Amino acid sequence: MSAAPLLAVEHLTMRFGGLVAVDDISFTAPDAQITGVIGPNGAGKTTVFNCLTGFYKPTVGRLSVTSSRGHFLLEQMDGYRICQNAGVARTFQNIRLFVGMSVLENLIVAQHNKLMRASGYTFAGLIGLPGYRRAERAAVETARLWLDKVGLTAMADWDAGNLPYGGQRRLEIARAMCTDPVLLCLDEPAAGLNARESAELNQLLLSIRDEQKIGILLIEHDMSVVMQICDHIVVLDYGRKIADGTPEAIRNDPNVIRAYLGEEEGEDEMGLVAEATGSAT
Amino acid sequence: MALFIQQLINGVTLGSIYGLIAIGYTMVYGIIGMINFAHGDIYMIGAFNALLAFLVLGVLGVTWVPLSLLLVLVLAVVITAVYGWTVERVAYRPLRGSTRLAPLISAIGMSILLENYVQLLQGARNKPMTNMLSGGFRLMSRDGFNVEVRYLQVGIVALTIILMVGFTLLITRTALGRAQRATEQDRRMAALLGVNVDRTISLTFVIGAALAAVAGMMVLLYYGQIDFFIGFLVGIKAFTAAVLGGIGSLPGAMLGGLLIGLIEVMWSGYFSVDYKDVAAFGILVMVLIFRPTGLLGRPDLEKV
Amino acid sequence: MASAIAVVDYREFTKRALVAGFVTLVMASLLVGIEAVSTVNGLEVATRYRAVFCASIGVAIVYFLMEMLKAGRTLVPLIVSLAMIVLFAVLEWARAEGLPLGDQLPFDSWVVNWGVMLVPLSLALRALFITVRPEAKSSRTKTDARTHGFTGFYLRYNKLFGLILIVFAIGFPFMPFADRRLVDVGTLVLTYIMLGWGLNIVVGLAGLLDLGYVAFYAVGAYSYAMFATHFDLSFWVALPIAGALAASFGIMLGFPVLRLRGDYLAIVTLGFGEMIRIILTNWWWFTGGPNGINDVPRPSLFGLLFERSAPPGRETFAQFFDIPYSPSQRVFFLYFVILVFALFTNLFTLRLRRLPISRAWEALREDETACRALGINPRNTKLTAFAIGAMFAGMAGSFFAARQGFVSPESFVFIESAVILAIVVLGGLGTQIGVVLAAIVLIGLPEFFRDLQDYRMLVFGIGMVLIMIWRPGGLLSHRDPTIFLHRGKAKS
Repeated sequence: MSAAPLLAVEHLTMRFGGLVAVDDISFTAPDAQITGVIGPNGAGKTTVFNCLTGFYKPTVGRLSVTSSRGHFLLEQMDGYRICQNAGVARTFQNIRLFVGMSVLENLIVAQHNKLMRASGYTFAGLIGLPGYRRAERAAVETARLWLDKVGLTAMADWDAGNLPYGGQRRLEIARAMCTDPVLLCLDEPAAGLNARESAELNQLLLSIRDEQKIGILLIEHDMSVVMQICDHIVVLDYGRKIADGTPEAIRNDPNVIRAYLGEEEGEDEMGLVAEATGSAT
Repeated sequence: MALFIQQLINGVTLGSIYGLIAIGYTMVYGIIGMINFAHGDIYMIGAFNALLAFLVLGVLGVTWVPLSLLLVLVLAVVITAVYGWTVERVAYRPLRGSTRLAPLISAIGMSILLENYVQLLQGARNKPMTNMLSGGFRLMSRDGFNVEVRYLQVGIVALTIILMVGFTLLITRTALGRAQRATEQDRRMAALLGVNVDRTISLTFVIGAALAAVAGMMVLLYYGQIDFFIGFLVGIKAFTAAVLGGIGSLPGAMLGGLLIGLIEVMWSGYFSVDYKDVAAFGILVMVLIFRPTGLLGRPDLEKV
Repeated sequence: MASAIAVVDYREFTKRALVAGFVTLVMASLLVGIEAVSTVNGLEVATRYRAVFCASIGVAIVYFLMEMLKAGRTLVPLIVSLAMIVLFAVLEWARAEGLPLGDQLPFDSWVVNWGVMLVPLSLALRALFITVRPEAKSSRTKTDARTHGFTGFYLRYNKLFGLILIVFAIGFPFMPFADRRLVDVGTLVLTYIMLGWGLNIVVGLAGLLDLGYVAFYAVGAYSYAMFATHFDLSFWVALPIAGALAASFGIMLGFPVLRLRGDYLAIVTLGFGEMIRIILTNWWWFTGGPNGINDVPRPSLFGLLFERSAPPGRETFAQFFDIPYSPSQRVFFLYFVILVFALFTNLFTLRLRRLPISRAWEALREDETACRALGINPRNTKLTAFAIGAMFAGMAGSFFAARQGFVSPESFVFIESAVILAIVVLGGLGTQIGVVLAAIVLIGLPEFFRDLQDYRMLVFGIGMVLIMIWRPGGLLSHRDPTIFLHRGKAKS
């Protein structure tokens, strides 16, 4: 195994005209670990994600992904290649499922590139060569595997738009996993989930980390998720990184506390923070 | 050199006409994000209304030219504005919530409907009209070439300037203009703040149609003949003008119009008349590929 | 719900109806009321005030009745619409008898009169429908739509319909009522069906609004014409080349523009279509200019010609089978050629629907951003659709050239693209049978009623607007997943 981390963000800066959304951020996300990115609203978390996944071109910076697939510099890649070649998959803050298609079809579409090759880029498929049929069956099996993992098997033929909210979030994660990624980027996967669903999400993500052994990068506001499953947390504020370390270290970091609660602190605030970050049990 | 000046004058005149129509496209796109495919045909209807109004006034015995012009202008503008209103109400409003494809197809259907409506009612042949505003003056003479400026050309440019000034005042100073701009930026929020979004959108269409009607009347006077199909080509060119100037920007529409007018006239004068329309289409394609926000437009950032 | 409204605000209805009537009055005042007649002395004025009057009153009444129907009151609308129909029938009878009363018909053209009568007719039918089924107003969910109503009916018997149509199409030329002209019309309809199916791939499946589809049609037509007249290539040899040429045009045109948003893409493709037509019209040396290319040879069957006599070394179809020559033979032959082409297009599309490319198109249509995040290359995916669609248009174009015997730029105006689009849209974006029905109605019917020819485009326009308002997804549009986990069987 090479010494290079799975994801290395170096001096990432994103400027929109006069506005600096992200200013000289560097951090790493190790393989087979869950890295959380937290910070108050407007800190630039989604901007970092968008730079990583090819939706923005960073003004400055280097985003390298190193894995069994090879070594890739994301800032130089076309949007779709970041998933296709580098193996970086993502989910979205406002769920982006293909609502008109069925649950199963969403997962099949995720395996598009594999299936395209098997269908001979459509030509072999048109003639009816058997290779494609086999590949399609394999794709369905992969889909079934993930449907089982997220508990949506019974609803496989439903329209994706008809799933309940929690189901849609889980489907989006399953869909991202069907692209066989090395790095899974989740943008607020726990948003809108209740306590039970959050706990299930935690289990899911932990099992992905342990069984798939891939890296997970996670934007979240829900501290119960962040503190419980993240191996390592990066904190942003006003576009800058203000802390980087284990959950314990972050919990007690005065910079983090100040960023979330403002300049004034007192005994009461500390207690509130302790509660919020889950250190009081 | 003289030829150049002449073409310049012709180009500015033509450009003013294109600009007036382009404003309709750009306003509608700005406020509901769709291309009003039928707008070119509204311009055509404006021209026909003007023609028919002239005929009626002629039959009624109104011959004093300034009065005739004024009455025709009012009639054409009012009636065509109603057409603009109706088109929006019937073909676009019901589709406001649906996919991107539906309003566009409805607009194309509307365009075909309007063209054939006029064709069936008025016949397919060209409609020539006696020259109302003849006469002009000679600006200069050089190399044996006379640069002529028609009074009509002066009138067209002057009227366009007046309309542009009035229109800009309308948009920036009045409540209607503010409502318009608010709806353009964030429709839902504007509605929550008490702006009557339906009425604002309707008014946008009405104003666009009114300006197109003025352009139609100008074309009728300038070229002396019209037919039911003029909306198609002019519509595309005016849309090109709107895109060139920056879709969503009103000064951009006027600027784009002038540029397209000048390019078309210069191309016809110096190169070939046959391919002048190709020039317009070519510009459209180039702009959309290389600089989709146009000259004065605002860039559109996708929120993920 | 419909009949749940207890209080009906007639004053509001009246107000709205009067507004509608007034608006109609204003709009019709000049354009309908006055006709600019071209005479030798210039333009003269003819008035048509009766039409304006009837139109305004009619619109007001109809609007009022529609509001009543929406509120669930059916008796008055039913009576009034029937009264209107009766009145119209009386006037028509009077006209047929030559009575002066017959002059009171609102419009001069019988087509318009009869067409306008469809409105009260449909109101009456709707009134009846609501009376019979009070819960008629659709509050169905999307899943219900699959099993109920017209769409549901169609979907259950989808395959059966298709089979029946194919059998009918094959047997069509041999039916007793099928004379040469009818088969010729059939050939025309089939050409548009093939074009519709081709455009369906681009617009219906991939969701790319291509308003310049006729350009690829033209490429195919001119390619064959030139190959045949300059290089003496036979139809069957030139066909695949023309198809490939059209496909390359598709890729060339698509490459720069396919990242544009829907509306812009539509305008740009329209622009391209027009540019190609203008170039064809003006490039005298290469394309023959406005006169086009003449003496384009017809296709042959394994070398057998469908002419009265063959040049030395060749044989005619009649000679080979030892039967007397008849012009019908060529007509029948062409019909079956296009039938085979169309069926091929259909088969191709059905196969395509089960392949990953087709799912990628649908996903792209829904959410391009999500597709990019899944590693799908949007540009190549769209280009594929464009190229395949262009290829079919090119093949249809070659057939068109071969059938007509000449090509000229006039056949490739924007209206053609609009007609093909209308066929696809009216039939229901993405459905195969819908295209067939729409083509039969939009192309076939007007061929029989010569008077209707003038009104064909008007009906197109009205139809497009109405269909979009009524069913933005198209008449028969609906989507079934093409792969199932539990049912284990893929449908198309």
